[in-house]
Amino acid sequence: MPASARPSPEAQLKQATRESRGAFKIFLGAAPGVGKTFEMLTEGAQRLRAGIDVVVGVVETHGRAETMALTAPFEIVPRRQFEESGRNVEEMDLDAILARRPALVLVDELAHTNAAGSRHPKRWQDVIELLDAGIDVLTTVNVQHIESLNDVVASFTRVRVRETVPDSVFEQAEIEIVDLPPDELIERLKEGKVYVPEEASRALGHFFSKSNLSALRELALRRAAQAVDQQMLDHVRAMGEGGAWAAGERIVVAVSEQPGAESLVRTAKRIADAMHASWSAVAVETARARGFTDADRERLASALRLAASLGATIATVPADSVAAGIIDYVIETNATQVVIGKSRRSLWFKLRNGSVVDTLLRSLDGVAVHVIPASGERMVAAVGTRIEAPPFPINAYVAAVLLVMLTTAIAKLLEPVINTNAVDLLYLIPVTAVATRFGLRPGLLAGMLAVFAYNFFFLPPLYTLTVTNPQNYVVLLILMAVAVICSQFAERLRSRALMGVRIAQDNARLANLAQSLAAVSNHQATAQTIASEVARLFDVATILLDDEDGAIRIVAADPPLDALSPVDIAAAEWSFTRGEPAGKDTATLTACDWQFRPLKTSLGVLAVLGVARQDGRSPIGSDRSVLFAAVLGQAALAHERLVLEDDIREMHVLEERDKLRAALLSSISHDLRTPLTSVMAAAQALDGRNPDPALIGTIRIEAARLGRFFDDLIDMSRIEAGALNVDVEPIDLTDAVAAAAHDMRAVYGKRPVNLAVPPDLPLVRADARLLHHILINLLDNAAKYGAPGTPVIIEGRGTPDGLLLSVIDEGPGLPPGSEDAIFGTFARIEGGDRTGGTGLGLAIVKGFADAMGLSVAAANREEPQGAIFTIGFPRALLVKPQAPGFENGEAETGGEA
Amino acid sequence: MSGAILVVDDEPAIRRLVRGALERAGHQVIEATTAAEALRAFDSAPAVLLLDLGLPDRDGMELVPLAVKRGIPTLILSARDATAEKVAALDLGADDYVVKPFDTDELLARVRTALRRGQGNATSPAVLKAGDVEIDLERHEVRRGGGAVRLTPREFALLAELARHPGRVLTHSHLLRAVWGPAHDDDVEYLRVAVRALRHKLEDDPARPRLIRNEPAIGYRLTEIGDRIDL
Repeated sequence: MPASARPSPEAQLKQATRESRGAFKIFLGAAPGVGKTFEMLTEGAQRLRAGIDVVVGVVETHGRAETMALTAPFEIVPRRQFEESGRNVEEMDLDAILARRPALVLVDELAHTNAAGSRHPKRWQDVIELLDAGIDVLTTVNVQHIESLNDVVASFTRVRVRETVPDSVFEQAEIEIVDLPPDELIERLKEGKVYVPEEASRALGHFFSKSNLSALRELALRRAAQAVDQQMLDHVRAMGEGGAWAAGERIVVAVSEQPGAESLVRTAKRIADAMHASWSAVAVETARARGFTDADRERLASALRLAASLGATIATVPADSVAAGIIDYVIETNATQVVIGKSRRSLWFKLRNGSVVDTLLRSLDGVAVHVIPASGERMVAAVGTRIEAPPFPINAYVAAVLLVMLTTAIAKLLEPVINTNAVDLLYLIPVTAVATRFGLRPGLLAGMLAVFAYNFFFLPPLYTLTVTNPQNYVVLLILMAVAVICSQFAERLRSRALMGVRIAQDNARLANLAQSLAAVSNHQATAQTIASEVARLFDVATILLDDEDGAIRIVAADPPLDALSPVDIAAAEWSFTRGEPAGKDTATLTACDWQFRPLKTSLGVLAVLGVARQDGRSPIGSDRSVLFAAVLGQAALAHERLVLEDDIREMHVLEERDKLRAALLSSISHDLRTPLTSVMAAAQALDGRNPDPALIGTIRIEAARLGRFFDDLIDMSRIEAGALNVDVEPIDLTDAVAAAAHDMRAVYGKRPVNLAVPPDLPLVRADARLLHHILINLLDNAAKYGAPGTPVIIEGRGTPDGLLLSVIDEGPGLPPGSEDAIFGTFARIEGGDRTGGTGLGLAIVKGFADAMGLSVAAANREEPQGAIFTIGFPRALLVKPQAPGFENGEAETGGEA
Repeated sequence: MSGAILVVDDEPAIRRLVRGALERAGHQVIEATTAAEALRAFDSAPAVLLLDLGLPDRDGMELVPLAVKRGIPTLILSARDATAEKVAALDLGADDYVVKPFDTDELLARVRTALRRGQGNATSPAVLKAGDVEIDLERHEVRRGGGAVRLTPREFALLAELARHPGRVLTHSHLLRAVWGPAHDDDVEYLRVAVRALRHKLEDDPARPRLIRNEPAIGYRLTEIGDRIDL
């Protein structure tokens, strides 16, 4: 199957998302009055008749009976009424609709701006939430409200619409165009059938001109066609018929702090849409950025935000120059097209720094460069934002003067020995020194002073400023040039160094954060670390919240904080459930003091981080937003790691528990029945006869075995419940083995048990009772599987790794290959059913050994044939051989004492 | 002293079984089904108390110190087999602890040991014999097969403590306190090493001890020779 025929995962995902979300349809019109609301209500009525649960979320009837009659069949969700700065306002009641959960809701005027105090600033955001809740939505909008067409519409209608809807919202919807020829619309307008808001009536005459309406109509039709095109493309991709997919175009738009950046972003969006290309917006951060005013920063940030809302990936890259930054980014992202604004810098600036466009064209082969003239707002004096750093104090000029004076004095002293012509070279020293150290202007001053001093003190005629020799003009020029060049180089180096330092600092901070997060292993400590590190890094107040049983909960805060205001809590909850930023400087619940950012991972949102600043400024400036994003990523990763660790641990426990439970059930039946059957048979044999001592012995042995199984079962259920207490004490293996052999004497009878445990083995740390059970079970096993009458050997020996204790029998041994399985699967030796159950016994051996940190192994032996079961005591469990209490050379008391 | 054995258990089947076994061995039996009944029966001065811990009105464990105070040798007969419970009962002064289901012969042997302690309590002999080992508590001498055995003071103290309670399980902490002092009642290691040394000096086959027997996780007992619980 050719690769192109495979459906692309992104396209399938997009379809899947669409299927689980509510269906979304937009009635798109060219202008007010074309009948969008009418169309929407008509379609809603059709669905209602088809038995679908349709409600009206909000429909603007503008008091017109015609429209009101159309809404009559529908259930109307009452609008939310509230007071805002003394006047009553109403908005669509989002929560009521969500609670009502209709199948379809009609929402008029998608571009509407909600009154302050609503959850979202914009109605389209309410609609997205409805869709996410799985509710279908029909809505209406006019073409001039589409974000990316905003500039275009404004350019010919001269009415700029403030209420815009992002293109990404349109892309989610099915578009139905509501079309009315311009003439008919003008007719309707004249008949008063079109509601026009008061404030727009002044512009009305112009707006509803035929040429405008035609242009708007064309725009609407084109936008609808584009949407159809996009849907077709999605469909084709999902079906895997990728032939028509013009892949590979990637567009980068370079945004700056200059006015017009937003319009540049919209243009890039249109280009990207037309090419079906992915796009990104990049801001290049040069030394200049340090001179930005707050307004500059805000303009840059809002341009980036706009790009993000239009579907671009955004990035801020530090670089020496704008051109270098763009070039690096373009190469890094393999972009094929660059969109930049036409610079309005002065000719002088371009001569000095080179034109960005020229540099891009020279450096980027095979990349198309779109240069877009700045539109809309007038440029402010952006050119003058270039600043010298650090801001030089008066002493820079004083130093320039002093150095030149000093040089003059020295030169005067040296004049007798050196050529007068060489004196000009001496002046290079103060000029370079001042220019390098203090920058351009003090450097120029030093250069000028030097020329004057040289002229005045050394050039004939002496002590005048008259220049007789044209050669001296050259000297003057050279000194000036040196000042300029040196200060330029020095400043460039300085800014590069500063930038380097800052990048290094950011990286070091990130590394520190990662390190401190890696060092903590519980949720509380992680949360506290994140809160305090972020607070320190960004100089903000922080709060970390997570979700406990559906309610948001403060986990950590720096400085400590016990409670949030209700609106902040609402924002945090929204951010948590939706995985989107909320609060200050975001698109949602902007009236908050805090900005909340979700910590998103592959497991969903695990926590929400809130940041705020005392002075009410933007909590995270645009220049720190990239670092902040990286920090959020780190924090999310740390949370994810903890959750995954917990999961693994829990899964492990559950798995083990399940294994035991299942095995226990399957063994219980057999292991309990076998000895019981023996008991019953022996008892029946007793019935009506003289008691045979051998039969009575059988009853006793089997009853005892039953009792042991009972113990085992209880212990097993303890292991299963995680309630097995391991009580470690030093144990003498000789002692332990002797006790086990003693307890098993009835089972073994006269059969020999050879105890080959050297008395000088080190003591081991283990639970005496569990070890006793292990030995009993192994001896029981050996008694059953060893051939009758053959000896069973218990052998202990030290090894470099610790100590081994083996129970060795003579018999058929284990089936080859079953050596490992025999403990784990409750396997029993083939044909072994005749000799009674052991499966549970060996599982107990394994379970207890694991609980104590011992190893168990089974193997076969030759000559004579048989099985060997070995318990390994690792070195760490050995007790160093010593005799405390005897150590002081304690004398033995003899019998003669 | 009535000489009778008081069996306290709320389960009739167990009482019947135990009574049968004891009577066949020639003992008199008194029965009680609750702690309250058992306390009343204490007045008749039973020779030995056989006590179940799971009683309907009180935890049997509460009766142990009361019985010990009256000098009634006490055997716990319980389905509870947690080590901590056994150690607690023994440390409260119980003579022994037998877990259900039990071997009747073993139970009878323990009862005999308890009876002997009750009768011989007042006159602890100066010389104890266990197999071919003679322990002279007054002269601090130990002989084995007629020959003197050299022991360290600790070893002797340990052996003497065991010999003063023949057949009884002495818990680790009991032995450690008696021999090494209260500060060492957790140092089981000392005990293990001392027992190993004693066995080396007194047992025929130290790997298969007959004299000092290990009760895993509980303590040690000095075997009474001639009892059928021997290997």
